[in-house]
Amino acid sequence: MKPSMPMTSTSPLFELLTDQQDGAVLVLSGDWVQGQAHPGFDKLQHDLKKLGPKAMVVDGAALGAWDSILVAFLLQCFNLCRDQHISFHSRALPATAKSLLQIATAVPAQAPLSSVPQPWYATFNFHRPLRHLHKTVRESLEFTGELTIALWQVVTFRAHTRFSDFLGFCHQAGPDAFAIISLTSVLVGMILAYLGAEQLSQFGAEIYVADLVVIGTLREMGVLMTAVVMAGRTGASFAAQLGTMQTNEEIDAIVTMGISPVEFLVIPRILALVVMMPLLTLYANLLCIIGGGIVAGGMGIAPLLFFNEGKDAMTLAHLNVGLLKSVVFGLLIAVAGCRAGINCGRSSAAVGKATTEAVVTGIVYLIIADAAINILFQQAGI
Amino acid sequence: MTDAHISVRDLTMAYGSRVIQRDLTFDINHGDIFVIMGGSGCGKSTLLKHLLGLIEPSQGDILYAGESFVHATPERRDSMRRGWGITYQSGGLFSAMSLAENIELPLQLYTDYSASDRADIIAYKLALVGLDGYQHFYPSEISGGMRKRAALARAIALEPDILFFDEPSAGLDPISSSLLDELIQQLQASIGATVVMVTHELPSIFSIATNSVYLDADSKTMIAYGDPKHLRDHSDQAIVRQFLTRTASHPAKEHT
Ligand SMILES: Nc1ncnc2c1ncn2[C@@H]1O[C@H](COP(=O)(O)OP(=O)(O)O)[C@@H](O)[C@H]1O
Ligand SMILES: [Mg+2]
Repeated sequence: MKPSMPMTSTSPLFELLTDQQDGAVLVLSGDWVQGQAHPGFDKLQHDLKKLGPKAMVVDGAALGAWDSILVAFLLQCFNLCRDQHISFHSRALPATAKSLLQIATAVPAQAPLSSVPQPWYATFNFHRPLRHLHKTVRESLEFTGELTIALWQVVTFRAHTRFSDFLGFCHQAGPDAFAIISLTSVLVGMILAYLGAEQLSQFGAEIYVADLVVIGTLREMGVLMTAVVMAGRTGASFAAQLGTMQTNEEIDAIVTMGISPVEFLVIPRILALVVMMPLLTLYANLLCIIGGGIVAGGMGIAPLLFFNEGKDAMTLAHLNVGLLKSVVFGLLIAVAGCRAGINCGRSSAAVGKATTEAVVTGIVYLIIADAAINILFQQAGI
Repeated sequence: MTDAHISVRDLTMAYGSRVIQRDLTFDINHGDIFVIMGGSGCGKSTLLKHLLGLIEPSQGDILYAGESFVHATPERRDSMRRGWGITYQSGGLFSAMSLAENIELPLQLYTDYSASDRADIIAYKLALVGLDGYQHFYPSEISGGMRKRAALARAIALEPDILFFDEPSAGLDPISSSLLDELIQQLQASIGATVVMVTHELPSIFSIATNSVYLDADSKTMIAYGDPKHLRDHSDQAIVRQFLTRTASHPAKEHT
């Protein structure tokens, strides 16, 4: 396609000549190949404006070698002529170059999307996060509203929520998560015990490690670790499931069947997590304390002694604080996951984004809620 | 002519501030096999979603048997939708449910059949699309062509009077797609439904369509409306004739 290059190449040139009374001829000469500085298009544009012809003929009789740069130049000429209403003709152009030009100009350029004029403040960067925040808040409110309506439907037995779905999600959120919860809980219990023992031994009060582990676990660490694991595991999988259903048009199918996607898809997931979280938390608490006991044993506190001491710290109040938190956290994680999934865009990239969003917002929500609950209980003296 | 089953009136569709199509006005008559045509990205699926009420129009109205759908209450919309069967461009089968459960869901929701009657109906609907025996397969376990047919079986679960299809034969080999066309035509003839279909497949268009509309991406409106066989030979729009004869994707310009 590319004519063989002559040994010595001459630099590419063009010359704009006036032809008849209102025509112009653009004579191209030299080798229009890469590596050759070709004359600027600006100059042609300038000259053409000054001349103001009705028609222009591109003459390629004197052309030497050429490659894409020639066609690119011709295309620019063509577009310029079109914009200035000059009729564009060619003569003696290499046949391939001519047909390439024809292909490039055959499909009319898509009219660029009309851009809506932006107000002045839109050019500042702070507008973007604000708009994002606005969208997030609006979506959250809408979602909360729909959720409330759907819950009311469930309570009054009018919802299209299937019990079998609920059981399935309970299984996914509960027993399937046992292994990882076991691992993290034992380790967190050990970490707690190490931390405490180190400090308490300075006062010769190692035995109180049991109190520290028990209270720390029941009120805080057991439930928090479970929640973080569930946010990464179940919250993310809710978002991915619902996001995929969105891209797959399954959610459209549900809507057109006259079913509320919130009742059908979101409610069973949320209820499942809210029911399973306290159970998982109880299990995590137990393993956390065992983990603490193991470390204490290593430091010379007999297991019996440890559990005896710990038993006194194990009050119903501490346990209830943890369980209350677990319900709240379960709700928040499930809501964050389902909301991200339902509001997911319609591409596979959007599913990935929704999953990330589910985990990040889930963890942020639960830490904020944890702080709020702790402050509240501290004020109330519980 | 008051035989219109679906009437679209001055419909303008937009995503945010970006207008996709404007000023669409046309009728779809009872018993039509109506095709929505147009190049990729011109807004065919968007139009279908407006007809289904999944997206709200920015202007205009859509009437079903003379009754406004756009202004209907959500409850009224649901009851109007009960008579529709829909297959989506990406299938829309519930991936977490087997084929039987997919078809059973609308039956459970809107009929009083007993469980054993439902099982019989599921077998019958699957047999109509040649999938009897696949009740316990999941959508991910069957081929693309079978998924399209399974979606069709779900769409006709409730004896619909309007069937909507978004590119039913896209991605199928020529034989499967012509079988699917035949199936749609037979079902249409036997249940007497109105069919609204988005498709690019010329064989489908010429063999089954009775009426059509062509959406143009550049002018953002409909530029042809009528029987596609007539449009192919007599449309005053060159681009419509080219679309229907599959010629000159590049209307080559003359450089003299
Ligand atoms: N959810 C959406 N949000 C914004 N733009 C969209 C959305 N869906 C489709 N579009 C745009 O609308 C146009 C029409 O899309 P569509 O109706 O899917 O075209 P097609 O005719 O191929 O079915 C395309 O330009 C597409 O990019
Ligand atoms: Mg489409």
